[in-house]
Amino acid sequence: MSTTTEAPNTTAAAKPKLKTSAMIASFADPGQKTASAPFGHALVKAAQENDRIVGLTADLGKYTDMHIFAKAFPERFFQMGMAEQLLFGAAAGLAETGLVPFASTYSVFAARRAYDFLCLDAAEPNLNVNIVGGLPGLTTGYGPSHQATEDMAIFRGMPNLTIVDPCDSIDIEQAVPQLAASEGPTYLRLLRGNVPTVLDEYGYTFELGKAKVLRGGNDVVFISSGLMTMRALQAAKALAAHNVDVAVVHAPTIKPFDAGTVLKEINTDRLAVTLENHSVVGGLFETVASAVVSAGVGKRVVPVGLPDQFLDAGALPTLHDRYGLATDRIVAKVLAELG
Amino acid sequence: MPTDTVQAALQGETLQGQTLQTAVTPERVEKISAAAYRIRHHALNMGEVQGQGYVGQALGAADMLATVYGDQLNFRAEDPHWEARDRFLLSTGHYAIGHYAALAEAGIVPVEELETYGSDDSRLPMSGMSTYTPGMEISGGSLGHGLTIAVGMALGLRYQGSSARVFNFLSDGELDEGSTWEAAMGAHHHQLGNLTAMVDINALQADGKTDTVLRTEPVTEKWESFGWYTQRVDGNDVGALLAAFDNAAAQAAAVGRPSVILCDTKVGRGVPLLENREKAHFMRIEENEWQICREQLTAGYEGKASA
Repeated sequence: MSTTTEAPNTTAAAKPKLKTSAMIASFADPGQKTASAPFGHALVKAAQENDRIVGLTADLGKYTDMHIFAKAFPERFFQMGMAEQLLFGAAAGLAETGLVPFASTYSVFAARRAYDFLCLDAAEPNLNVNIVGGLPGLTTGYGPSHQATEDMAIFRGMPNLTIVDPCDSIDIEQAVPQLAASEGPTYLRLLRGNVPTVLDEYGYTFELGKAKVLRGGNDVVFISSGLMTMRALQAAKALAAHNVDVAVVHAPTIKPFDAGTVLKEINTDRLAVTLENHSVVGGLFETVASAVVSAGVGKRVVPVGLPDQFLDAGALPTLHDRYGLATDRIVAKVLAELG
Repeated sequence: MPTDTVQAALQGETLQGQTLQTAVTPERVEKISAAAYRIRHHALNMGEVQGQGYVGQALGAADMLATVYGDQLNFRAEDPHWEARDRFLLSTGHYAIGHYAALAEAGIVPVEELETYGSDDSRLPMSGMSTYTPGMEISGGSLGHGLTIAVGMALGLRYQGSSARVFNFLSDGELDEGSTWEAAMGAHHHQLGNLTAMVDINALQADGKTDTVLRTEPVTEKWESFGWYTQRVDGNDVGALLAAFDNAAAQAAAVGRPSVILCDTKVGRGVPLLENREKAHFMRIEENEWQICREQLTAGYEGKASA
């Protein structure tokens, strides 16, 4: 080991620009078409048509786009304070009186802190309580306290609960009235702020409980949910340049899962890849895997997802690259799989 | 509206618009005492079929249950889901044995059905669940849930213009749970004057006496400091319970202070054999003792009634 004799470089200009982490960073690409607060506006629209809809939050109205609803319907909005057990117990109580509550907090707090209340007070009596969870998966660089990397794994075991992992503003806008109309409790993995608009280019409509083939392809089939469908579509375009033809199936409803559509697409000679903004434990990959095994389909499925680890803090693009959610990483993984 | 409602209450009308009963008359006390006796009797019969059960709690809470069902709640026995009913939420699921007896006393559950308690395919499971039993508003059992649901119900009823009241029965053990205090803050913040909590303070938890498990005292000061209209009474004194519920009803309002009635009770109350036995969360009663319990209960009740 040689010791350096060079003086440390102290000039500011030579310093690399630091990438900083933001609590709530947008995952939209620069210049991408976005819609502002699609959940908040969709809830207002749904509430104009359904006077039983009410909104609640646990001191995170501004950060879950619930503030849009609160402003439009102050008398139908209930601030429950930073008390998640109360938030969801009270949501169940509101539903018991015939109302249709949408209750928002971050996914980590809904899943980790208030599970017992959601399970016994909302799901067991099958009440129309709609959980709205912000910062699902890796959508903040804030570290494990706010990164809900295992929320679907936690929630999938809850009977009666419908789980929706939307890709973009189109999904969210179309899902909200369907969640309100569906019986029983639901969990929406919220994308908030300026949310990319992606699926309008694919003649797509959101149908609760349905997976949709967004594009066909002969070599590879992607099964994706959430924001990873956006990445899947980008990766499919990039792989075309390598003469790899990729189909993309978007499965935003994780539970109940549209195994029929997905199995039909998987049970081919194509390389099958799942893509999710969630741990590889207990999310889309294992949902698909159990459907494949149950159907007796002998087929390898390659997971793209977050590792079974507590993740680092940092800037979101850095972390998406580090953990394999970035488009380039998906492309490289597929090319490696194809040899 | 809030001010009018408060005024109405002060003038002797309850939130439900009924005339307020301000006098604790001997007739009221006798009616409720008789109901409490029957609730205890039912509980002993149910316990005997099981050979065990939460009989001690049911005996202790019988006067509270008799008072709320016999004197306070606005309900229709033939239509347990009647929209305008007052809601009674049992968050201590294991008190279901006492609650079923109260539902039978109220005419919501047939008395003949009580013997199915805790049996396969019964509508009366060991721990109370809304999906099983008419008149059971929530599924209790996981303690500390009831008051959070009650807050939502009270908000929802008020928002929809209902004058129904919400009553949550909880135990002193549930004061260990943080969620109870989240709800206590929430009820005060939202000024849920249509909400009444009734806490059975039997000073006993699963692992022993409350003050050895997790000290909850000073309980009165806690609720007062959370902004609740707080009363503490002997929960086995029917006259005191009636007076406390009257006070709570008098200050009930759509917008106002939530009310709590802290009820000190005795596990096994009314049956000396059990009152004097070592206190246990899950009381063991021998096969030959059930009849002795019933006889002691009846002797005590009749002795008191004739005194």
